[in-house]
Amino acid sequence: MTIKRGVSLYSFQNETFQGKMNLEDCICTCAEMGARGIEVIGEQSFWGWPEYDVDPAAIENWHQLIAKYDCVPVSHDYMLDYKRYKGRIMPFEEQVASVKRDIEFGAQLGVPFLRSLVSIDPDVLVAAAPHAEEHGVKLLTEVHAPLHFDHPWIIRIAEAFEKSGSDALGFLPDMGMFVRHYPRVWREKFERMGVPKNIADYIEMAYEDRVLSEYVILAVQEMGGTGPALAMAETLRHNAAYEPKRMLDHMDRIHNIHGKFYEITEDYVEPSIPYDEIVSILQQGGYDGYICSEYEGNRWIEDAEEPDSVEQVRRQQVMLARLLGEPEVPALKAA
Amino acid sequence: MMDNKMIVEGSLGNYVDGGVVKGFQFLGRLPYYRGLGLSMVEDIVIEIDGETIPREKVRFHVRGKTYTLDEMETVYDNRWNFGEQATIIGLREGGLGAGSHKVSFAVRYRVSYLPFVPTTKDTKELALAA
Repeated sequence: MTIKRGVSLYSFQNETFQGKMNLEDCICTCAEMGARGIEVIGEQSFWGWPEYDVDPAAIENWHQLIAKYDCVPVSHDYMLDYKRYKGRIMPFEEQVASVKRDIEFGAQLGVPFLRSLVSIDPDVLVAAAPHAEEHGVKLLTEVHAPLHFDHPWIIRIAEAFEKSGSDALGFLPDMGMFVRHYPRVWREKFERMGVPKNIADYIEMAYEDRVLSEYVILAVQEMGGTGPALAMAETLRHNAAYEPKRMLDHMDRIHNIHGKFYEITEDYVEPSIPYDEIVSILQQGGYDGYICSEYEGNRWIEDAEEPDSVEQVRRQQVMLARLLGEPEVPALKAA
Repeated sequence: MMDNKMIVEGSLGNYVDGGVVKGFQFLGRLPYYRGLGLSMVEDIVIEIDGETIPREKVRFHVRGKTYTLDEMETVYDNRWNFGEQATIIGLREGGLGAGSHKVSFAVRYRVSYLPFVPTTKDTKELALAA
């Protein structure tokens, strides 16, 4: 039983958006890193979904690429746009029908898991669970900051899943819940936007001291902070240093992991997220699914430099291979 | 995200309909890691050399179909795909003169899971294509 490495193609969004990498480039890149698990956001990787049915040739191409590069489909991340209609929420039955359609699409892709966004009503997921069971897939709610495993919303979801009695419902924790230190790339972007050094220093120190975000925001206002300074303080509302060990209570329902990261340094460290501790806790919990790289530093640096998503993912894969005690994959050594 | 890639470089031109210049156009991309159904595009604001084009004079054109912004609000069977270059049209008598123009392009879009409605804007200096 061992943890496996994968990549969410979300990581390469900057390149795919610009047409610099296509689906084959992405899958080939992951395979070269020994990251054989492939996670997709269906509507990012497959043209037209969900307003249009996906061209059967595109699904055939996906299966050929997966086979060609000896990879494994892991997850289809669906969205469920329940705010599709202006001024009203999509009716319950229509939401369930929409999830069922994504379940069928996921099954066509051959993924065992579908990612559900954290804001989706758990009753919708419970109603769709029998359809997931029929298609041999599981719906995994992405537990993502600012939510976390001790938040009442997640507790409600966990209770709904238990009450359903279905094992087709589970969780996909996003490691952005465990931001232990204020990410450097965040601070640097806010400084480029004009946040004075003294305020940036204060916010970073308040983060280290685990001060409640509302106090930090008030203090920044009192320091004369406006615009970008307040925006920097408000990031503390969204991210926090929650405890990785909180995953241990839910291991029977955790089937995929988003290896969120903002920056991996040249010496293969994510300075803000404690991956050594995270891997150790997942091992302790008996986790044997994938950790899928999810690079999100792109949006924090793109105003100053073109992101090099492939290099960032490569560094995280080296980091993970080392933490997992793998004999180092040769391709990982190449720059 | 992708804020600085919303306006496609080199895409500014006049909008010609029936042999008459009726405005200007450029190619625009949704600043998002996925696409969106058109009903979730709440507003598009174009400024040209500091002048805001009124909402009713903005058109969105993709794959042979042209919509007003009001029409888009109830379009459930078409989308602005990830990275897709849509033609953004501003109706303006006589279009634009030769030379360089400052183009601003802001999109407000409704994302189901976000507790706010984001607006993202890109501004570029573009030369009118011949």
